[in-house]
Amino acid sequence: MDKLIDLDIARARDGLAAGEYSSETLTRAHIEAVEAARNLNAYITETPEIALAGARESDVRRAKGEALGAMDGIPIAVKDLFCTEGVPTTAGSHILDGFVPGYESTVTKNLKAAGAVMLGKTNMDEFAMGSACVTGHFGAAKNPYQGPDGKDLVPGGSSGGSASAVAARTCLGAIGTDTGGSIRQPASFCGIVGLKPTYGRCSRWGIVAFASSLDQAGPMTRTVRDAAIMLTAMAGFDPKDSTSAPVKAVDFEAALNRDIKGLRIGIPKEYRIKGMPEEIDKLWKKGASLLRDAGAETVEVSLAHTKYALPAYYIVAPAEASSNLARYDGVRYGLRVPGQSLDEMYENTRGRGFGKEVRRRVLIGTYVLSAGYYDAYYLKAQKVRALIAEDFREVFETVDLLLTPTAPSAAFPIGEKMDDPLAMYLNDVFTVPASLAGLPAVSVPAGEDNFGLPLGLQFIGKPFDEKTVLRAADVFQAASGFGSS
Amino acid sequence: MPLDEATVKKIAFLARIKVPEDELDHLAAELSQIIGWVEQLAEVDTGAITPMTVVADMTWPKRDDTVTDGGYAGKVLANAPEVKGSFYTVPKVVE
Repeated sequence: MDKLIDLDIARARDGLAAGEYSSETLTRAHIEAVEAARNLNAYITETPEIALAGARESDVRRAKGEALGAMDGIPIAVKDLFCTEGVPTTAGSHILDGFVPGYESTVTKNLKAAGAVMLGKTNMDEFAMGSACVTGHFGAAKNPYQGPDGKDLVPGGSSGGSASAVAARTCLGAIGTDTGGSIRQPASFCGIVGLKPTYGRCSRWGIVAFASSLDQAGPMTRTVRDAAIMLTAMAGFDPKDSTSAPVKAVDFEAALNRDIKGLRIGIPKEYRIKGMPEEIDKLWKKGASLLRDAGAETVEVSLAHTKYALPAYYIVAPAEASSNLARYDGVRYGLRVPGQSLDEMYENTRGRGFGKEVRRRVLIGTYVLSAGYYDAYYLKAQKVRALIAEDFREVFETVDLLLTPTAPSAAFPIGEKMDDPLAMYLNDVFTVPASLAGLPAVSVPAGEDNFGLPLGLQFIGKPFDEKTVLRAADVFQAASGFGSS
Repeated sequence: MPLDEATVKKIAFLARIKVPEDELDHLAAELSQIIGWVEQLAEVDTGAITPMTVVADMTWPKRDDTVTDGGYAGKVLANAPEVKGSFYTVPKVVE
């Protein structure tokens, strides 16, 4: 028998169904793995008791012949941005000190209802603002991969704790959130699969909001098949989220038929940017050739406004964040720092409670929304965003999918780019366009750089066509052999 | 347009975030750099373009305008830093 932590979700499901081990045994193996990997700082809160109780309930169901499906008894990790009833939820911020939600986010509720077992809440950039998992109040998380000189590397961000936890085999899968690349970029850095579904596919209810028109929850796993299994359990229409899409439930795993013959895959030329390492370009070409070998057709396409996606994002996202984060006022939950007047209490609380990156973005957002600047910045960005979405719409009239690199580099050492916000923002240059257009996109492990560090490629699909995204990604992972356990 | 210290001070107050005096200078430079960078959007001709206001092109269901939740003040107040009875408290705002 395989070591239990080396399984993936699909195989663990089969093992549980065959009675090879109980969920309690499987869960205990992962609890031990979580404890053994504490040096990674991947978890903010460990919940072993909750996990064991959930595992035992799952075993009881199974013994009675009432197992719930693929996720029943599967131990997973949850980004600390999802509100979990009775379990502290920090969003990686000092300002949520002591906050214990009295309710459960829809996505975690769905997973729980499918029988999944929560091992703990994972580390992240504060309020999901970052690309390295270094801006959080609970310190940097580490990538299980080490740099060539033994340096500790970032796991990417903002869902860096979830990516690190999955890559280090402390859980079979994890959930993250993606606003501009926060699932896909860390997946690329840690050599795992990370899927951002179509905007509206997963309910945002109960997820601490960053930028409401961009935020989307998604699975982070070691295989594409596992991502399909998790997404099936996470997704679904939710009347509590007014942007939740009223679409039918889908069995995403059933779409993985290993056949991509005749699929047309676009290679957007604007993603070949200056200064991109040669090895990434090579990997991208190799990926395209692999897909051709599997029977797909690749064509060069153009997405003319790509270079404006990142600056548009850095207006839209901070603007929405400044509005969403107005709720942290020291009155209703979390930290409160006293002041002589109400304003002073607000200022003291928010001055002390927010870290530097969050402060920077809230100030940018406040500025671009302030009187006299709204049209010049925010409205302009929303117009550019419309052009970016239109580019995608047009290109999807002739192709089924797009193939791009996920990130412009491999994981970098912790501490790098900390004093240069723009250099940090560039991490998301390939992931932000699909976010602005609300499209589904997945990062799949594709190879390694010269130092043995993982690199991912990204598939971007049509709205609500996660099936094709996952089908192609599954073929790709099987052919490349990377990251599959 | 570069932001000066006075502007940073003003937006910091609008955002109700206390910024120590000795950080204003550095912050002004940092924010100016970011604003300068996003201003490249000016190159894009957006004359006749309608700004994007919905992400997915579909009709969203509307809920009935009815109360579906509530009636548990204790649970709502459970996370408040300071509570009096069933109320949040704030520093005195009227004399």
